[in-house]
Amino acid sequence: MKSDKNMISRLALWMGDDALIIGHRLSEWCGHAPILEEDIALANIALDCLGQANSWLKLAAEYGYPNKTEDDLAFFREAGDFTNLQLLEQPNGDFAKTIVRQFLFDALRILFYEKLFLFADENVAGISGRALKEIKYHFRHSRSWLIRLGDGTPESHMRIIRALEELWEFTNEMFEYDETGARLASLDLIPGTESLKENWYILISSAFREAGIDIPGQDRYFSTGSRNGMHTEYLGHLLAEMQITARSFPGAKW
Amino acid sequence: MTEKNQNWEPWEVFIQPGQGAPHEHAGNVHASDAEMALQNARDLFARRGKVLSIWVVPARMITASSPSDSGPFFDPADDKAYRHPKFYTVPKGVRGV
Amino acid sequence: MDDQTKLREFEARILNGELIEPKDWMPERYRKQLIRMISQHAHSEVIGMLPEGNWITRAPNLRRKISLLAKVQDEAGHGLYLYSAAETLGADRNSLINQLLDGLAKYSSIFNYPTLTWADIGIIGWFVDGAAIVNQTMLAKCSYGPYARANLRICKEENFHKKQGYEIIVTLAQGTEEQRKMAQDSVNRWWWPTLMMFGPPDGQSPNSEELMRWKIKLYSNDELRQRFIDLTIPQAKAVNLNIPDPDLRFNEKSGNWETGSIDWDEFFRVIKGYGPMNRQRIEARRNADKNGQWVRAAADAWAEKQRLKPNEMAGS
Repeated sequence: MKSDKNMISRLALWMGDDALIIGHRLSEWCGHAPILEEDIALANIALDCLGQANSWLKLAAEYGYPNKTEDDLAFFREAGDFTNLQLLEQPNGDFAKTIVRQFLFDALRILFYEKLFLFADENVAGISGRALKEIKYHFRHSRSWLIRLGDGTPESHMRIIRALEELWEFTNEMFEYDETGARLASLDLIPGTESLKENWYILISSAFREAGIDIPGQDRYFSTGSRNGMHTEYLGHLLAEMQITARSFPGAKW
Repeated sequence: MTEKNQNWEPWEVFIQPGQGAPHEHAGNVHASDAEMALQNARDLFARRGKVLSIWVVPARMITASSPSDSGPFFDPADDKAYRHPKFYTVPKGVRGV
Repeated sequence: MDDQTKLREFEARILNGELIEPKDWMPERYRKQLIRMISQHAHSEVIGMLPEGNWITRAPNLRRKISLLAKVQDEAGHGLYLYSAAETLGADRNSLINQLLDGLAKYSSIFNYPTLTWADIGIIGWFVDGAAIVNQTMLAKCSYGPYARANLRICKEENFHKKQGYEIIVTLAQGTEEQRKMAQDSVNRWWWPTLMMFGPPDGQSPNSEELMRWKIKLYSNDELRQRFIDLTIPQAKAVNLNIPDPDLRFNEKSGNWETGSIDWDEFFRVIKGYGPMNRQRIEARRNADKNGQWVRAAADAWAEKQRLKPNEMAGS
């Protein structure tokens, strides 16, 4: 039983780290979006993600880190302890890059939450049930923008292609698990990597087809190791900013 | 000088706040297509609480009566007592009519 | 009916407490004054996102990060409610925004001050939103229907903003020595600029008489400022924060707190564009607009393609 909780804690940590880092990145748009309505949309998605991060990290702490809180996990860990996908820590870039990053991730998360929603642990199932509804909306938002921009003007089309080129190298490790992930997948508690990849590809292909964008090939560098703490240089900078207030005043309450 | 902003048109938004309630006017959003109008309306007017359904319609598609119409449009309805139940009588003691 | 008669009827309606609606006859001055006020109010909401947005990525814990983001998001929403109220008067949102970007429109002077510490986020909620609520509560009863309704909705949503801010300040005031200092420093920097938010003193406020006759405003700048001061001083005392005003004293007779004199030169300087952050605020909005141009053009182009496609519903 104890080892089950440890496994769930590890799963919750990835889910929480993913949600935290993408939520943080999206929140950087606030006040700077292409049109006011989109400020509100991006903030809504960021808020959903940060809410999910809060729930997952709380669960991770409860099941695996005695005497720690969700805030300890968010604000007092080093980059090498974070397990988020490297895709999510990539800088926002232009709106095209933000949308492509979001779309690739939303498609993955829908498939994940559809499985986690059936989890025996009621905490996991509860968080996932709520998150699944949110993510389905995020997917609708990012998908419709992907198509608008892909099939909009020549400039927007080029920007989507460039964004996809830049981000594609971070997609392989979406289907790469650490030891705990492999174990959970073998117990059929989370999606297996092969089927996950296949279904994800189906989900994204139809949208890219509608957008008139070709999906890049496999002959390139691919990142690896996120779930074991491997990251790009960007994460350190992101954390330096995110954690500075909390770390500057040790022991303070906010 | 700033280049001209693109003229995304305003869409009027109607929300249904609860089951069985009629859709009511909530305000407007700017959008370049219907799906975007729907999403923008959802984010602006439905992020705090229960909304069951949203309608969006391009503002230019709405025809409104004007105040100078108000005499001919609405006053004649004032004296049509036969549209109101009190105009009719039923025998004493009869209920449920 | 000649305009004089129409004006008499219009003013009688206002005196009678009736709301004026978009298609009703109104004097051109009334329309112009409203467009000016509503668009300035809308711009203030939008520019107001920037000083607070400055701390979203550095909020000290998850709860604070989430509530700050939700609050800044609300400001964008309020901007939209207000722009659409202005549109009911025949103004066009894009041209109003272009006036802001070209530096031709005014917005609340307060947002030209920098947010230097986390305490400033608390102070903006407590002081700045507190002041805005005093103002907007009045505007929710103004004579123009769409503006009154927009303010009503804004007041409802802003309920949590001030509480959020005061909670931050209370936590700091009762926290470590460093945190208490941070809170006091923030009070010191924001107190006077907040009092200036209500606008120049009644004697120097050229539009006031007309605005009040037409019930666009129901109270004068000084009356609103006094209401804010009387509300806020006890809240500061409750957490042992000092108001940076050696002349502050309670007038037993009137029941009001009386302050020292406000530096109106500073106010007029900032309004004219020479505050600490005027240039950066407009620059940030210009960049957002410029970087968004290709996005808006793409969405237009896509929508146009859908319209040209036969037998297909646009957007589905």
